[in-house]
Amino acid sequence: MSRAILEVEALDAWYGAARILTDLSFELRSGEVLALLGRNGAGKTTTLRAVVGLVARRRGRIRIADREVAGLPPYRVARLGIGFVPEDRRIFSGLTVQENLEVGRQPPRAGVPVWSPERLFGLFPALAGLRHRPAGRISGGEQQMLAIARTLMGNPAVLLLDEPAEGLAPRVVDHLAETLRGLKGEGLALLLSEQNLAFAGVVADRVCILEQGRVLHHGTMAALLADPTPAHDHLAL
Amino acid sequence: MSMAHLVVQLLSGLAAGSVLFLIASGLSIIFGVTRIVNFAHGSFTMLGAYLTIDLIGRLPDGGFGFWAAVGLAALVAGGLGVLLERLVLRRLYRSPELFPLLATFGVVLIVQDAALALWGPEDLLGPRAPGLTGTVLVLGLRFPVYDLFLIALGPVVLGLLRLVFHGTGWGTRVRAATEDPEMAAALGIDQHRLFTGVLFLGSALAGLGGALQVPREAITLQMDMATVIEAFVVVVIGGMGSLGGAFVAALLIGVLQAFGILAFPRIALVLVFLVMAVVLMLRPNGLFGRAEPAAGSHQALSQGSFAPPGPLARLVGGIALGLLALVPLAANDYSLIVLTEIFILALFAASLHFLLAVGGMVSFGHAAFFGLGAYGAALAVTGLDAAMLPALALAPLAAGLGAALVGALCVRLGGVYLAMLTLAFAQILWSIVFQWSSVTGGDNGLLGIWPEPWASGRAAYYWLTLVLCAGAMLGLRRLVAAPFGYALRASRDSALRAAAVGLPVDRLRWLAFALAGALAGLAGGLQAFAKGSVFPALLAVPTSVDGLVMVLLGGLEALSGPLVGAAVFHGLETEAMRGTGHWRLLLGAVILAMVLVCPSGLSGVVGRVAARLTGSARRP
Repeated sequence: MSRAILEVEALDAWYGAARILTDLSFELRSGEVLALLGRNGAGKTTTLRAVVGLVARRRGRIRIADREVAGLPPYRVARLGIGFVPEDRRIFSGLTVQENLEVGRQPPRAGVPVWSPERLFGLFPALAGLRHRPAGRISGGEQQMLAIARTLMGNPAVLLLDEPAEGLAPRVVDHLAETLRGLKGEGLALLLSEQNLAFAGVVADRVCILEQGRVLHHGTMAALLADPTPAHDHLAL
Repeated sequence: MSMAHLVVQLLSGLAAGSVLFLIASGLSIIFGVTRIVNFAHGSFTMLGAYLTIDLIGRLPDGGFGFWAAVGLAALVAGGLGVLLERLVLRRLYRSPELFPLLATFGVVLIVQDAALALWGPEDLLGPRAPGLTGTVLVLGLRFPVYDLFLIALGPVVLGLLRLVFHGTGWGTRVRAATEDPEMAAALGIDQHRLFTGVLFLGSALAGLGGALQVPREAITLQMDMATVIEAFVVVVIGGMGSLGGAFVAALLIGVLQAFGILAFPRIALVLVFLVMAVVLMLRPNGLFGRAEPAAGSHQALSQGSFAPPGPLARLVGGIALGLLALVPLAANDYSLIVLTEIFILALFAASLHFLLAVGGMVSFGHAAFFGLGAYGAALAVTGLDAAMLPALALAPLAAGLGAALVGALCVRLGGVYLAMLTLAFAQILWSIVFQWSSVTGGDNGLLGIWPEPWASGRAAYYWLTLVLCAGAMLGLRRLVAAPFGYALRASRDSALRAAAVGLPVDRLRWLAFALAGALAGLAGGLQAFAKGSVFPALLAVPTSVDGLVMVLLGGLEALSGPLVGAAVFHGLETEAMRGTGHWRLLLGAVILAMVLVCPSGLSGVVGRVAARLTGSARRP
């Protein structure tokens, strides 16, 4: 088995004086999808933001391909191959679709897929016809695809997705799941924050269930689907 | 006036507007990305002009020398902008809006002293632009070719800037980082490097604008503040972040000035500000601006809750007040004069502190109300033959009314807009006082404003000042802990939530603004009688900045801060004036040190030291 591309060890994080994460550890290999499941406020988003370096106060070790990144500013973390797609998408609404993609562009990286706008328009055909449209004037589903495509322009080795299926129409969700499985097939590591077990069940290989900033359950998705007791105990199902 | 004259005047206005656009576009670009109004922008324009004249003298004569000087001046200005970003702005992106404003103003002061030392106090005249010295006939009147060149340059620069921001990867990244810096960082964009580049571009434009002024007008040491205020007006009228808007607004202001000087030569500047006020009332985001994203990334200036003093503090305060009341029995006249001045400054600072820390409103023109009070009292004496007490009563009244008027226009705007609008109004008032010499005495001021006989002794006037200042400051202190103070603080901490629970936010802010103005006016009235005279400098920008420095020196989080700040400031000023001729250099350095190193002020330092001594320091 290959070495982990992302290792998180004993991660603590705070917002102001409030402790959000406690002693969180997990690891992720290339071509693998890990889902962080938990209720609202369990610490899923904070985990992703802490990995990217967007949480000011954190402690613990975060390694990307054996390189310690815990103290680095977000732009350095991103350049080491961590791509982050936030829950609220945060596309640049004043820029066109094409310009949004250009903003995400980073040099090619050895060992991971290299993306170009043309390739991404192939992956998300809906965006191809919108490339000169201001991104503030496309639909929510299109914005979600754009947010993912924009992050892929950085040629990440690890993709962090914060509740990507939230608020999308069922048909769009299906397409998204298929796309994410495709990315996994290309060797990307995916870290997914989800409240929706159905969506995570289709995409993820392994799961961490979080509650109050701690890992309560760690296992394979197959096992969880076979015996969903932990999910019933800790998720609002 | 003939049609031909009007056309020439119009063209002349367009040429001036073109240069103004270069400068304003730089300011707009920098503000768009950093959310900082860079006062030093005007200093870069001034330096650009001085450097051009300087370099032309060192380079070979002729076309090459001139244009190389212009280009070099712009590059140096850009380089200084980079230095400013690296050394100062970078540390202040998240701090309260007041800090970068003050810090860049500190840079203005330092550059002023440096320019004075390098190039002397006299206005400098540069050569005309080689190759563009001729004139053309416009409807039979001569018009300089150079001005036509400037008129053409404006649209060219606008086009180039559009190309940079919409046609290059760098420009696209700048726009992205402007919209959402955090997301840009998460995509691997090094925001600091981007900002350094933006500061270079913007400051180089400022320097270029200054350099291109050289063939047109005399270069003076006053052009820095005049330029940055005018450029800011342009940016506000055009709409923040809209280069096209800045272009239109710059031409509008240029033309307005050109005709304004013909029609009302003395109040051309006032005309400009009136246009801005009207535009802001009709279109708060400017002609072409879009609604700003709600709150920026700036922290609040103060979250202080200003609890009422405990018994110990009351006791200490009471004893201190008692001791101060006894001072005239022992002290000499000089100490009494100094202490009287400190009380007056403290009241001025306290009124500003109330506005800043309790009201959450940053004013850069608070001296306007200090001056209104002073002139109100002085005019009551010289014009109406009023006695001292009625004149003193008129001071806060006049200032309060003025503040109510200005506040009605300003308070619904937040942050840096409020700061710059108050600055603009203070400038209007200053130019009225300065120009209307038949009433105000102009630059000569009004003299012979002495107290009535019963209060004319040093001790008597000392007591009068002590009673009024201490009374006003204690009253302010009570007010902060009264329902009005609570409501005001609620509005400061979250205007939205305060409005949602039914607080009339705008009215509260307006009342606070008027009250702060009235108290500053009382201080101004006392100042008039203490000095026996009033001068336009009382309401000029430096006086407003003095007030801000006092408040910051004392610290924002303590209601006693203004008193401490006023005392320290007064001592510093007296010593520096005596010791060196470089008061501005020193003040600028003090401001920078305060903002960058010790933003919590002296009371903050004392508080930290005290906490450490008593062992109650909380570990971070």
